[in-house]
Amino acid sequence: MVKASTFTLVGQRDDIPRLGSRRVRTPAGEIALFRTSDDKVFALRNECPHKKGPLSEGIVHGHSVTCPLHNWVISLETGEAQGADTGCTGKLAVEVRDDGSIYLAIPSGMAEAAVA
Amino acid sequence: MTKSKKPRLVIVGNGMAGIRTLEELLKRAPDTYDVTVFGQEPRLNYNRIMLSPILAGEKAYQDIILNDWDWYEANNIRLHAGDPVIGIDQKRGFVFSAAGRKVAYDKLLLATGSEPIVIPVPGHKKNGVITFRDMKDVETMIDGAGRLQHAVVIGGGLLGLEAAYGLSTLGMKVTVLHLAPHLMERQLDTAAGTLLKQELERRGLDIILEADTAEITGDDRVEGVRLKDGRSFPADLVVMAVGIRPNTWLARSHGLATGRGILVDDHMITSNPDILAIGECVEHRGLCYGLVAPIWDMARAAADTLAGSDGKGYQGSAISTKLKVTGVDLFSGGDFSGGKGTEDIVFRDAARGVYKRLVVKENQLIGAVLYGDTGDGPWYFQMIKDGTDITPLRGTMAFGQGFEEGALSDPFKAVADLPADAEICGCNGVCKGTIQTAITEGGLTSLAEVRAHTKASSSCGSCTGLVEKLIGFTLGDGYVADSGPKPLCGCTSLDHGEVRRLIVAKGIKDIPSVFQALEWRTPDGCHTCRPAVNYYLLCAWPGEYQDDARARFINERVHANIQKDGTYSVVPRMWGGVTSAKELRAIADVVDKFNIPTVKVTGGQRIDLLGIKKDDLTAVWADLGAAGMVSGHAYGKSLRTVKTCVGTDWCRFGTQDSTGLGVKLEHATWGSWMPHKFKMAVSGCPRNCAEATIKDFGIVCVDSGYELHVGGNGGIHVRATDLLCKVTTEEEAIEYCMAFIQMYREEAWYLERTAPWIERVGIDHIRDRLTSDSEVRIKLRDRFLLSQKDAQDDPWAARAKGVDAHEYQLLATIG
Ligand SMILES: Cc1cc2nc3c(=O)[nH]c(=O)nc-3n(C[C@H](O)[C@H](O)[C@H](O)COP(=O)(O)OP(=O)(O)OC[C@H]3O[C@@H](n4cnc5c(N)ncnc54)[C@H](O)[C@@H]3O)c2cc1C
Ligand code: SF4
Ligand code: SF4
Ligand code: FES
Repeated sequence: MVKASTFTLVGQRDDIPRLGSRRVRTPAGEIALFRTSDDKVFALRNECPHKKGPLSEGIVHGHSVTCPLHNWVISLETGEAQGADTGCTGKLAVEVRDDGSIYLAIPSGMAEAAVA
Repeated sequence: MTKSKKPRLVIVGNGMAGIRTLEELLKRAPDTYDVTVFGQEPRLNYNRIMLSPILAGEKAYQDIILNDWDWYEANNIRLHAGDPVIGIDQKRGFVFSAAGRKVAYDKLLLATGSEPIVIPVPGHKKNGVITFRDMKDVETMIDGAGRLQHAVVIGGGLLGLEAAYGLSTLGMKVTVLHLAPHLMERQLDTAAGTLLKQELERRGLDIILEADTAEITGDDRVEGVRLKDGRSFPADLVVMAVGIRPNTWLARSHGLATGRGILVDDHMITSNPDILAIGECVEHRGLCYGLVAPIWDMARAAADTLAGSDGKGYQGSAISTKLKVTGVDLFSGGDFSGGKGTEDIVFRDAARGVYKRLVVKENQLIGAVLYGDTGDGPWYFQMIKDGTDITPLRGTMAFGQGFEEGALSDPFKAVADLPADAEICGCNGVCKGTIQTAITEGGLTSLAEVRAHTKASSSCGSCTGLVEKLIGFTLGDGYVADSGPKPLCGCTSLDHGEVRRLIVAKGIKDIPSVFQALEWRTPDGCHTCRPAVNYYLLCAWPGEYQDDARARFINERVHANIQKDGTYSVVPRMWGGVTSAKELRAIADVVDKFNIPTVKVTGGQRIDLLGIKKDDLTAVWADLGAAGMVSGHAYGKSLRTVKTCVGTDWCRFGTQDSTGLGVKLEHATWGSWMPHKFKMAVSGCPRNCAEATIKDFGIVCVDSGYELHVGGNGGIHVRATDLLCKVTTEEEAIEYCMAFIQMYREEAWYLERTAPWIERVGIDHIRDRLTSDSEVRIKLRDRFLLSQKDAQDDPWAARAKGVDAHEYQLLATIG
């Protein structure tokens, strides 16, 4: 698990379409940020617990995302596979400030953000 | 006239009761009678119950025909549709019809149904005042809705509300005027009536209670309705749905005994022993019925009588009702008027919008009203019919059968305990025993088969779940899950067909409105329904609907195929499989420049570039685009490839220019979205080098023209095509191709390829529409062309220029 230590600015909420996602590249691998229809933002490691499918490319519904490779449904709240499937993807803390900026909690030592 | 050897049976009324009796009779004693049927309506026998769903756009007329011409013919039945019987000569045994027919009978069956009551207020004969009884009325309403704005429905009972709901889905502004203080007062108590009113108002109906109509205003045509208290409402169309009365005119004017209806005994015999009567036109033990369930019982009794077997006769029926308004669950059965000696058990769950009232008398359930959750309706109704002693259930029965019997642990519990004569399918009057016998004796294993053999679950579908449970229960391990319409996904209880029809009927053009209007159970649907609904909108409203990229699978969203390692593959279009040095060179350069690991020729004669990183996609496309190449849509539910052989250009066997035709086909059809991927091929002679007979649409050129093949598939289940027809020119071949594609686009479920679609609907259905009626074919082609108008934009070019850039770019890089 990635341990939260510093919150880093990665972009604006409006950079992510509702029911869509964006990727953030970090030394610890790719992170997928999701924005749901109720405007919450979630962050998961961009790897399905099944066969590493890129979750950022899935279809977002409710507080879940369906992996594009074999349709596992992963909870955005916990990173856990839903239904009969088991497995968990790392979840990261995110914060959306009042002005819509998104801060992602990343492990210490990689705190200098480079916003693309 | 020669006298036939068989006794002659004449049936007056080609409706539900008359024909059901005939069906029962044919089961018992086929070929006994020489049968003639007279029907006032100029049509085949149809399921009148389903007029409401037709009005609401949820069914089509073809779906509700109960017996087609072939059935009449196969059973040697003469049908005079559109010719009412106007006279009976009881002494000599003849009937006379309006068209002047004179037909002798040995047995006569009257099944004349009922007539709608029209309240004789001033103005009731004006143009635009109609009733809700038959197909003609429905046609008038559908036609009117296209032109008119305001409808007033007089009567807030079952029929009135179904009419009102139907008219409002057709886009009219509808006001319901109801005399009583709550809706459906004969079936509902006040609480349920109030919940129903709220729900219907939420759907846009205006409902005025305690409304006593004084006058229908206007000159020749209606313009409004005025109430006795002075209020008035604008109306271009007035539907009277205030009740029905048994149609006894024919019987009464010829001296048969009548009360409110034609009087019959338990064997359905009237005051003349050779004349039987059945259905809504009769009165039995003082009661007249206005629903079909009693008719099925009566039909069995009448058929026994006609077949000369005794049977126990008809004993009267307890009745239950449901309202066929999509999304409103409402059930009532038995007697719930209350009164002396009765007690009520009431259960409410306001948050779920559930209300149940059970009326108990002397430890028996005598009536039930359910709103919001009607799944236990049949269970309660069976107890009402059986007079079950409910003492042991009393404390918990309001929670339903599941709670009562731990049904959760045994899925078949719901059907296991039902007696054989419990009615499972109300629309078609099929009971448990009939279904089980059909399953065991006919070796049936699927819902579709049970539907075909028993008609159970073939009409409104509300009993589908029960029928499935019954199949499972009867077969045990032998049960193979069915193939019939299933809910589209867990977010809705509607199946694909229903969703499609409702999208059209309600004129919905974006996904959120679909979810709102059709009461999706989830806020944004799921990965199964969103792409399907997006496709249905696209197909129904080309150029007008609101596309939703988030409802598309990643492949369609980024216009490339996702591969197992998260990289993408890219396939440029090669028209008809033809390429050039310039294209090949551009491809080679792209491969070098972006370090593309694999280059592979696909099964559809194109070149696949595999292993491209997402970040490189737009740059790859820009380079390919510069060489004139466009997206091959290898990633979409859309037209893929047109495979060709070399044909007359080079091959010594070629009979036509198969390559050229393939190129033309691809130019005509590329860019079109479909329910699933769609592949074509053209072979220049019957040697069929392009393998046209395993494609969705294949052409095999022959000396005299072109054989058109459809429904082939090289997928998990290999299927060879069916021959659609033969045509003589390229133009015709292309026209048929477009019409076929459009028919597939409009009729198949999302993710259903042509092969399973054709197996579901039958090749005859497709031939019928495409080959026997050139008008239908041309309209399909025109709709295809209309939808192609905006479809042939190269998505790669747009993305290379920056459309949807966020899909391809990282949000941030850290560290
Ligand atoms: C819109 C609508 C919705 C309904 N919904 C439900 C429902 O959800 N559940 C339910 O149980 N019931 C429902 N019903 C009622 C159900 O349709 C009737 O109970 C049933 O059709 C009665 O059957 P029948 O044969 O007695 O009459 P019909 O089906 O009406 O048949 C009588 C036929 O006889 C013909 N006829 C009359 N006189 C003559 C003559 N002199 N010569 C020749 N032909 C003649 C008529 O034209 C008609 O076609 C609904 C009815 C309507 C109109
Ligand atoms: S299908 Fe016939 S025309 Fe085409 S390449 Fe084969 S042999 Fe030649
Ligand atoms: S046949 Fe199967 S393995 Fe091969 S490309 Fe198609 S889906 Fe993939
Ligand atoms: S990799 Fe996600 S479902 Fe298989």
